[in-house]
Amino acid sequence: MALQPAITDLELLKERPAVACLLSALPEALQAAKFDRDELTLWIEPILLINALELLRSSPTTRFTVLADLTALDWFPSEPRFEVVYSLLSHERRERIRVKVKVSGADPYIESVAALWAGASPFEREVFDLFGIRFQGHPDLRRILLPDDWEGHPLRKDYPVEGYR
Amino acid sequence: MPSIDQFRSEPVVETIGGDRTMVLNMGPQHPSTHGVLRLLLEIDGETIVRVKPDIGFLHTGIEKTCEAKFYQQVIPMTDRIDYLCPMTNNLAYVLAVEKLLGLEIPPRAMWIRLMLNELTRINSHLVWLGTHALDIGAMTVFLYCFREREEILKMFEMVAGQRMMTSYFRVGGLAMDLPLGFLDYIKNFVAYFPDRISQYSDLLTNNPIWLGRTKGVALINRADALELMLSGPTARGSGVDWDLRRDMPYGGYDQLEFKVPVETAGDVFARYQVRMAELRESNSMVKQAIANLPGGPIKADAPKIVLPDREKMKTQMESLIHHFKIVTEGFTVPEGEVYQGVESPRGEMGYYVVSDGTAKPYRVHMRSPSFANLNAIGVMCEHNLLADVVAAIGSIDIVLGDVDR
Repeated sequence: MALQPAITDLELLKERPAVACLLSALPEALQAAKFDRDELTLWIEPILLINALELLRSSPTTRFTVLADLTALDWFPSEPRFEVVYSLLSHERRERIRVKVKVSGADPYIESVAALWAGASPFEREVFDLFGIRFQGHPDLRRILLPDDWEGHPLRKDYPVEGYR
Repeated sequence: MPSIDQFRSEPVVETIGGDRTMVLNMGPQHPSTHGVLRLLLEIDGETIVRVKPDIGFLHTGIEKTCEAKFYQQVIPMTDRIDYLCPMTNNLAYVLAVEKLLGLEIPPRAMWIRLMLNELTRINSHLVWLGTHALDIGAMTVFLYCFREREEILKMFEMVAGQRMMTSYFRVGGLAMDLPLGFLDYIKNFVAYFPDRISQYSDLLTNNPIWLGRTKGVALINRADALELMLSGPTARGSGVDWDLRRDMPYGGYDQLEFKVPVETAGDVFARYQVRMAELRESNSMVKQAIANLPGGPIKADAPKIVLPDREKMKTQMESLIHHFKIVTEGFTVPEGEVYQGVESPRGEMGYYVVSDGTAKPYRVHMRSPSFANLNAIGVMCEHNLLADVVAAIGSIDIVLGDVDR
């Protein structure tokens, strides 16, 4: 099982249902795509995130009806600093994809998907708690794991492992 | 956008029912919350109006700690997330790292992993059944379940030297081979275990008190289950016919024959039936794994990633160097990212591992099933009686280490 090089050329990936679906119905939303180790990653334009997720969820060729996971990555010190990662799953087609949006470090916020998947709400609270990314339109955005008066966001790369002393 | 300060010190307790209702605190030191879960229950008489879970009491920042450790040092951290199914967590993590490395493991290691993974499921379900029945008032089942669980913990001690925090799987294989006499021990167990399952179900399945406490209680329908990101037996009790072992096989599950039990009622009893059927399926899978267990090595042939045998390390210069390098510097993993989901006893356990090409993971995210399944508690408990909250918590089978990480 030797590693294959990652495919990032959209031309080569346009046969994939998720890419094809976005290219035909919402081409301006798709920034880039990568196919690596049998996993497809799509980068979506932040302002079109909800539209793109709705499309991937409802389109008969994709049917990514389940949100399996929601988390974030911190690429400090590069900019845009954060990526919010959505792992979508299709029960019908037994396929997973990863959808990513880039979020700036200066004012990190992104539209909440809690209206699409009610279960995303605690996941977004966790990302808010540990990364400090705010979710617009979230019904109850508060810290979830850490105490309310905690200083800082521990999963940021500029937060020391042993905490602030 | 408002500033972050706005989200601080928000009042947690506010009623929606006005003067009719009151807020009752449950936990975090309540025995029926299976750990340190705190629930804020808004009640109208004895009827639940709203439930708000308050979590985080067991948060230890494991994801942050992982970023400061070598890839092989993360394995013991994964045990401590969900302490009832350490092997499942080990498996999810090592599979993710092996996928990042493009590493293939020998068949013997694969079959031993499968066997232990299903034993872990039995172990976890036994704790669930025992404590769930205890919460609802059936003391005997608890003692019977822990009798069999003890046997499984003994087996874990035999293979790994540890009863609960096993850390037995390694990137590229296993820590060591099975000890002598282990297979006879486990064969004996799988032969009598189906009778024991019948013993438990004889005590419960037709018991009118049990039926009264579980049937029609804490309902959740299929659409809500999908919307709330539920997985595992909690979702399968509501008719979601989905099991990662069958539908997206990993680690050799495509070579086993098993059925996925699904119930459509969506109540506590349906989830009970699903898990009881899974106990039998897991027992049969352990049997198949024993029958198929081949000989051969238990570690992949990758000297720069897998630690050499002790004997070789003491006699061969090359192996000594590799051993020293792996222990002091770790092994580097090519850049990339991988999401590996496995079916834990509680649902989809996902490891999202990102590598930046160094010897330490850039990010390890654990998508834990209990964290997502806890979503259901609000929908399940609404309009139910106060006493049924413990039945609902027991039926989603949460582990608080898994929720808080």
